[in-house]
Amino acid sequence: MTPAEIKEVILDILEDIAPDEDLSGLKEDVPLREQLELDSMDFLDIVMELRKRYRVQIPEDDYVELSTMQSTVKYLAPLMKDLQKA
Amino acid sequence: MSSYDTIIIGAGMSGLAAGIRLAYYDQRVCILERHTTIGGLNSFYRLGGRNFDVGLHAVTNFTPKGTRKGPLARLLRQLRFNWDDFSLSPQIGSTIAFPGVSLRFNNHFEFLRSEVERSFPAEKDNFQKLADTVVDYDDLNENVASRSARSIVGQIIKDPLLVDMLFCPLMYYGSARENDMDFAQFSIMFRSIFMEGFARPWAGVRLILKNLVRRFKQLGGELRLRAGVRRMEVEGGRVTRVVLDDGTQLAGDRVLSSAGWVETMRLCDGVHEVKSSAAGQLSFVESVSLLDAEPRELGCDQTIVFFNDSDKFHWQKPDELVDVRSGVICCPNNFDYAQPLDEGVVRITALANFDRWKNLPEADYQAAKAIWYKRMVESAVQFVADFRPRVVASDTFTPMTIKRFTGHENGAVYGTPEKRWAGTTHLKNLFICGTDQGFVGIIGSMFSGIAMANRHLLGMPEKTDPASASAAKRQTDH
Repeated sequence: MTPAEIKEVILDILEDIAPDEDLSGLKEDVPLREQLELDSMDFLDIVMELRKRYRVQIPEDDYVELSTMQSTVKYLAPLMKDLQKA
Repeated sequence: MSSYDTIIIGAGMSGLAAGIRLAYYDQRVCILERHTTIGGLNSFYRLGGRNFDVGLHAVTNFTPKGTRKGPLARLLRQLRFNWDDFSLSPQIGSTIAFPGVSLRFNNHFEFLRSEVERSFPAEKDNFQKLADTVVDYDDLNENVASRSARSIVGQIIKDPLLVDMLFCPLMYYGSARENDMDFAQFSIMFRSIFMEGFARPWAGVRLILKNLVRRFKQLGGELRLRAGVRRMEVEGGRVTRVVLDDGTQLAGDRVLSSAGWVETMRLCDGVHEVKSSAAGQLSFVESVSLLDAEPRELGCDQTIVFFNDSDKFHWQKPDELVDVRSGVICCPNNFDYAQPLDEGVVRITALANFDRWKNLPEADYQAAKAIWYKRMVESAVQFVADFRPRVVASDTFTPMTIKRFTGHENGAVYGTPEKRWAGTTHLKNLFICGTDQGFVGIIGSMFSGIAMANRHLLGMPEKTDPASASAAKRQTDH
């Protein structure tokens, strides 16, 4: 998967978690927590969805990497580069 | 024998919400419900071709569409519903009515603040101080959280009448403890009722239940009605099998029970003694009057009226069958719907004594329902317009009805006063959710199911989903 595809994956997940949100204006470098008021339960959903959909395991110590869209894609790029987007 | 990842006891708000969470993550889940219908405490029935709602009058914790903070928004994300799916219409306005003084409130906290200032000018700053304390309750340490709300609020608000008036709605909508609440519960309720607010779907609570069930089934969840649990077989500190009333045996890796703490303990093999005193004591009688007019046209223009006609407000099990000195009057018509309801409805709730109702012979039981219906309405019309000439049908349910629908001992609507915030039991794979875990109200119940599913049943890491009971309490936040 390319970084652009990984971003799409994350957006798909966010769309499922927060169906009322308009994600078109999502800023790349502002924490998701701030923009969407996501809490720890929501971040766990992102992690669990990645595990469910792509078998990507994210160790707990790395959750901080999922702060912004930019940091998330950067973190996931090496983990997901050999995967095909579903 | 069928086997599941998780077996959930009870298809009420909490069990259904938990089931949805687990089904999202591909668990094989089965929800067992003793009754022929879903909903538990929050349900509905048809009588004489008419729909009657039972359970809570309104959804508390209402926040408008687009709100990202607060329990409702968090719950929608966890269950992945759109705000519109619950079709919530906000209240028109409610009143706390005591002898000689009343406080009105709506879904804008400023209004209550101005009402307090109008009726209790000396308490203006104190009320603000209370509001500030309640908002910050997340930061309260455990000592404060479990302390008597009566004592903390009594230190901030000087006028005992205002204290009683503020407690009245909060107790009616969620206190399992007689005469008091713990301060965490008070804060949760204060926010859910006064700072967030009331709403209701035009079609009633059944709409939310139907949405939950539909989603649960779409995700592959299994719901079994008429499937009461007789007992749970225990081996090596774990539940190994769940045995139904009809003898069917089910195997589950884990069990989540919304049956209540005492009630769940009684189901476990090897638990010989459960103190009945652990069960709650507070139960209700509720009457439903159907009118051939819109309540508003008769002068009943409030959404909910919490009333008390005595010097002091008493929140305790009454000596008589019903305590009509105080109560709650709800007109489900008085929400801001796009179209009116089909009929006028007035529901009245008052405290009742379970044992007294239980010991009535059948013939007297029916007569008592009729007598107390009349007395409750008589008491209510001290505070709302007299709607009696327009009543075309009525029904009354008692603590016995509540026991039948919820399975709660003593018909205790809000369960045991000793909440189990952690949701754990003496068995490694048995957990509890719902009223006795600690959250009340429609949003609160669902949140309880979600929180317990996340914490105990999804294998979520402990650190981020905080492990301690206090953290769970904060996180679930009603």
